[in-house]
Amino acid sequence: MSTRLDVKKTYKLFIGGKFPRSESGRYLPAKSPAGGQLDNFAHASRKDFRDAVVAARAAVDGWSKATAYNRGQILYRAAEMLQNRATELVNEIARSTGVSAAKAKREVTLAIDRLVHFAGWTDKYSQIFSSVNPVATSHFNFTTPEPTGVVVVLAPDEPSLLALVSLTAPVILSGNAAIVISSEKFPLPAATFAEILATSDLPGGVVNILTGKRGELVPHIAGHMDVNAIVDGAGVPDISVKLQAGTAINLKRYAKHSPAPADWFTAKVEDPYWILDTVEFKTAWHPIGV
Amino acid sequence: MKTKLKPISRKVSAKRAVATIAAQPVVPLKERRLTFGGKWDYAPAPEESRNYVITPRHELFINGKFVKPRSGKYFPSINPATEEKLTEIAAADEADVDKAVKAARRAYEKVWSKMPGRERGKYLYRIARIIQEKMRELAVLESMDGGKPIKETRDVDVPLVAAHFFYHAGWADKLKYAFPGRTPRPLGVAGQIIPWNFPLLMAAWKIAPAIACGNTVVIKPSKTTSITLLRLAQIFQEAELPEGVVNVVTGSSETGTAMVKHPDVNKIAFTGSTEIGKQLAQLCVGTGKKLTLELGGKAANIVFEDAPIDQAIEGIIAGIYFNMGHVCCAGSRLLVQEGIYPKVVRKLRDRIQTLRLGNPLDKNTDIGAINNKPQLEKIRELVQCGVAEGAELVQSSCTLPERGYWYPPTFLTGVTASHRVAQEEIFGPVLSVMTFRTPEEGFERANNTPYGLSAGVWTDKGSKIFKIVNQLRAGVVWANTYNKFDPTSPFGGYKESGFGREGGLQGLAAYCRLD
Amino acid sequence: MAEERAAAFTKRSIKTSAKLAGLKMVVSMMDLTTLEGKDTPGKVAYLCRKALQPADPKYNVPTCAAVCVYPNMVKYARKFLGENSPVHVASVATGFPSGQFPLPTKLNEVRRAVADGADEVDMVINRCAFLAGDHAKVFDEIAATKEASGPAHLKVILETGELVTYDNVRLASEIAMQAGADFIKTSTGKVSPAATMPVTLVMLEAIRDYFFATGVRIGMKPAGGIRNAKQALHYLVMVKETLGDDWLTPGLFRFGASTLLNDVLMQIAKTVDGNYQGPDYFSLP
Repeated sequence: MSTRLDVKKTYKLFIGGKFPRSESGRYLPAKSPAGGQLDNFAHASRKDFRDAVVAARAAVDGWSKATAYNRGQILYRAAEMLQNRATELVNEIARSTGVSAAKAKREVTLAIDRLVHFAGWTDKYSQIFSSVNPVATSHFNFTTPEPTGVVVVLAPDEPSLLALVSLTAPVILSGNAAIVISSEKFPLPAATFAEILATSDLPGGVVNILTGKRGELVPHIAGHMDVNAIVDGAGVPDISVKLQAGTAINLKRYAKHSPAPADWFTAKVEDPYWILDTVEFKTAWHPIGV
Repeated sequence: MKTKLKPISRKVSAKRAVATIAAQPVVPLKERRLTFGGKWDYAPAPEESRNYVITPRHELFINGKFVKPRSGKYFPSINPATEEKLTEIAAADEADVDKAVKAARRAYEKVWSKMPGRERGKYLYRIARIIQEKMRELAVLESMDGGKPIKETRDVDVPLVAAHFFYHAGWADKLKYAFPGRTPRPLGVAGQIIPWNFPLLMAAWKIAPAIACGNTVVIKPSKTTSITLLRLAQIFQEAELPEGVVNVVTGSSETGTAMVKHPDVNKIAFTGSTEIGKQLAQLCVGTGKKLTLELGGKAANIVFEDAPIDQAIEGIIAGIYFNMGHVCCAGSRLLVQEGIYPKVVRKLRDRIQTLRLGNPLDKNTDIGAINNKPQLEKIRELVQCGVAEGAELVQSSCTLPERGYWYPPTFLTGVTASHRVAQEEIFGPVLSVMTFRTPEEGFERANNTPYGLSAGVWTDKGSKIFKIVNQLRAGVVWANTYNKFDPTSPFGGYKESGFGREGGLQGLAAYCRLD
Repeated sequence: MAEERAAAFTKRSIKTSAKLAGLKMVVSMMDLTTLEGKDTPGKVAYLCRKALQPADPKYNVPTCAAVCVYPNMVKYARKFLGENSPVHVASVATGFPSGQFPLPTKLNEVRRAVADGADEVDMVINRCAFLAGDHAKVFDEIAATKEASGPAHLKVILETGELVTYDNVRLASEIAMQAGADFIKTSTGKVSPAATMPVTLVMLEAIRDYFFATGVRIGMKPAGGIRNAKQALHYLVMVKETLGDDWLTPGLFRFGASTLLNDVLMQIAKTVDGNYQGPDYFSLP
C-alpha cells in the first residue's frame, strides 16, 4: 500500500485582489517552531510594494466613496467569512507558532470579534469626531474626517493574525486602502487571512498583504511619494526611526502602536482614536443668507 | 427664472430742453470701460501712531522677565514700508534657548500642570481682556512691524487674537469633554515657531491652545517680526501669568533649530514653509516629540459658470490680495470655467484698480508693504518667470512708494498647469488665472498639487457645492466665501501642507496626550 | 457677501479735503424731498428755496439736484423755480407709494405731472405683479410709463424693502433698465427697510453689467434711510469703487432724502470753520 503524498502549497502575495508571486521570483521557507519545513511563501520585493501602492491608490476612490453603511456591511461580511473558515486559521496559527489549538482558537475568535467591532464604527466614528463650529460670522461651518488615502500598515510578529486585523481594520473602515506588511516571523496566518478576504466582498486593492522581510521594504515605504500614511505596529525601534524619516520626504503621516503583546487580546486595542491616525479633518464654510 | 426682455428704443425727445438732463449716450463696445481715477479721491487718513513708543531695544522673555541674550548680540528690525530701523532685537543662542526650556519645564512641573483647569482658564480670559483693551496699540505695532495694512490688523488680526484666547480659555476646564472615553493630559513643554505673515495671530493660535491644555511654551517669532510678540509678553506679565509658562526667544532659524533639537521639549508646532517643515520633521525623527506642521499651499479657487460672479470676484480678491498674498491658504490659483473666463478677467482687471496700495498705517490702504526684501525678490522672480513662460501680466496701475518693499496687485492670465507660477507658492499678491471645462476637470486640477491646505468653490447650486467640497483634497474649503478664520474652526492641511489642526475642537488634540 | 462688500465701503476713512469735496458732491446729487399728505404750496416753497440755496454762500455749496414732490405739488414747485432753474422738479408717480392702481390712471398721472412741469418722474414698479411672477407685466408698465413721461427722465423705484431678496432686487433692476429706466431707485421711503448699502450695491452691479452689455449708463438713486453725512459719504465711496468716476455726477447718481441735507451742511461748516455745529444755524427746508 503506497502512502499518499500531501500537496504542498506556496503562499503568495495579495495585491489588488489577486495573488501574484513576487515579481522577483523569490521565496522564503516558513518553518515551524520545532524547525520543520512548513511551506514556502513569497518574499516581496520593492517592486511588489510599488505594485501594491498602485493597486491601493486605484481602490481608494471607490472604497472611500462607498457609503459608510456599505463599508460596515463589507467588513462584517469579512468577519462572517473568517468565522466560516476559523478552523483553517486556527490550524495555521497553531502549526506556525506552536501554540496550543485552544490558544490559537482564542486568537482567531478575537480577530473575528475585533472585525465585527470595527465594522460597527464605519458609520459612527464621523459622528463622534465631527463638529459643527459656532463661528462668529454669518457662516455655516463644519468639520468632518475623511480618509487620508493610501496607508502602509506594519504588523508585529506576534500575535500574527490578531494584531494585523486590529491595526488594519481602523485604517480601512474610514475608506483608506492599506498595504499590510505581515509578521516577518509568522507570515502564513496573514497569507491565509488574505485568501479569506479575497472571498469576502472587500473590493480588490483595499487590503493588500505582503510577506517577506520588513527591513528590506522599509526605505521604499518611507520614500514612496504616493503613500499618505504609515501605521507602524512592527514594534521594532530601528524600523520605527527609518519609517519616521519618511515624514520628512512627503509629510506622510506616521503613527506608532506598540501595545504589550498581551494587550492585543484585550479591548484596549479596540480604540476609535486609532481611526483618527489615518483621517484628515476637512472644514467647510458657507455663508448664510437669502 | 429670468424673463427674456427686449430693450426698448432709448430715444428721448428734447421738447423741454432746458430742464431735461442730457440723455446718456450709447457707448460703443470698444470704449466700454470703467474709470477709477481721481475725480474724487480720499485724503490721507493715517492712524495715530505717536502714542505708541517702540523701545530701541527688545530683550528675550524668559521666566517672566525680559533678559539680555547671553551673547549680547542684537539684530535690527525694520519697518518694511519705510526701510527705517524700528528697534533691535536680542539674538538668542543655544544657551538662551536652554534657559527658556528650563524655565518652561520648571513652570510646567511646579505650577502649570498642577493648576486646576479652571484657574488656568482664568489666566487666558484675563489675557484676552487685556488684548482687547490694547487692540489699537497692537494693531498699530503689527502694522509698523510687518507692513500689514492697519485695516487688516485692526479688523482681522488683533480681534482674532483676543478671540483665540477667549475661546481656549473656556476649554481649560472642559477638556475631558473634548475626548470622549479618554483622559487628556498635557504634553509638557511645547516649542513653537511662527512665521512673519500673521505674527500676533500665529502666536495666539499656538500659545492659547497650548497653555489652555496645561502645557508650557517656548516660542520663537520670525526674525522680521518680533515686536508684537514681545509686546504680548508684556501683556502676560500684566496678566500675572506665572513665570515661565510662556517664554519668547527671538532670533534666526538657528534659534529655532536649537529649540527643536532641545531634548527636553515634548512638542514642536511649526507654521512656515514646507521646505523648513520637512527639515524640522527630520530633526524630530526618533525623538518622540509630537509634531504639528502648518505649511505651504497653492490653493485653487474654482469659479463655476453658475456662480454669483460679483461675489466671486470679491472672494478672489480676498483670496489673493488679503495681507499682500502672504497667506499660506491664499487662493493663488484661480480656476474659471471657460464660459465666463472673459467676463471674470474683465471684472478682475477693474477690481484691482480700486485696491489702494501705500502707507500701511493709512486707514484706506488695502495693500501694504511686502514683509521683507528676499520675499519681494522671490515674487519678482516668479512673476518674471511666468511672463517668460508665456503668461500675460495684468497689474494695477497704482504708483509704488519710493522707499520700502512694494509689489502691485497682479494677476497672470493664460496660465496652464505646467507653468511654474501655477505650481509654486508665490506668497505675494500674484494670482494665476486658469480655466477648466467640467466639474471633474475643476476638482482634478484643483487637487493636482502636492499641497492641500485650502480651496474655494463658487456656485449657486447647493448640491454642486457638496460634491465639490467632498472631492477637494484640502483641509479648509471655503464655499462662496474665502479667507475666513475663527477660533472655533479647525485649520490645517492635507498632504504636503502639513499635519494636525489648529483651532476648534479638533485642534486640541495637538496639545494633549490621551490616557 | 453683498453685506460684506458693502461693509467694506463703510471702513473707508474720508477726511479733510476729501470730506469737503465729497459732501459738496452729495449736496449736488440730492433730490430734496417732501412726500406728505400735508404738503402745501407754502411747504413746497420752503423746499425749493432750500434746494436753490442750501447754505450761506460763504460755504460755496452747490444747489441740490432736484426737489421731489407729489404730482399735485409739481406746478407749485415749477412756478417757484421757474423754467430755467438749475434745480429739477421730480414728481413721484404711478400711484406712489403702493402702485396699486389701474395702469391708465397711473399713466394719466404721469402725463399730468410732466405737463405741470416735472422733468423727472419717479415711478414705482408693480410689486404685486413682480411677486406674483408676472415679470412681463412689470416690464410693460415701465415701458408704458417711459412713453408717458415723454422728455422727462424716468427713475424706477423697485421698493426693495418689499422685494426682500437680493435675487429679486437684481432681477427687478434688470427689468427696469431694459424697459427704459434712466435711473433705478431703491425705495419710496414709505417702507422699511428703505435704502441699504448691500441693496444699493446689488443695483450698482446690475447697472455695471448693463453698461457692458448695452453701452448705456443707467443712474442710481438710493432713497430713504440715509440720514447723516457719514452714511452719504459711504454711498459715494461705493459708487466710486463700483462704477468709477463716470457715475460721480448728479446725472447718474442721486440721493433721495429730506433730513440728510442739513446734516451734510453742518459737516461742511465744521470742516470749513472747525466748530461743531448746532441745528439753529441751518435753515429748515
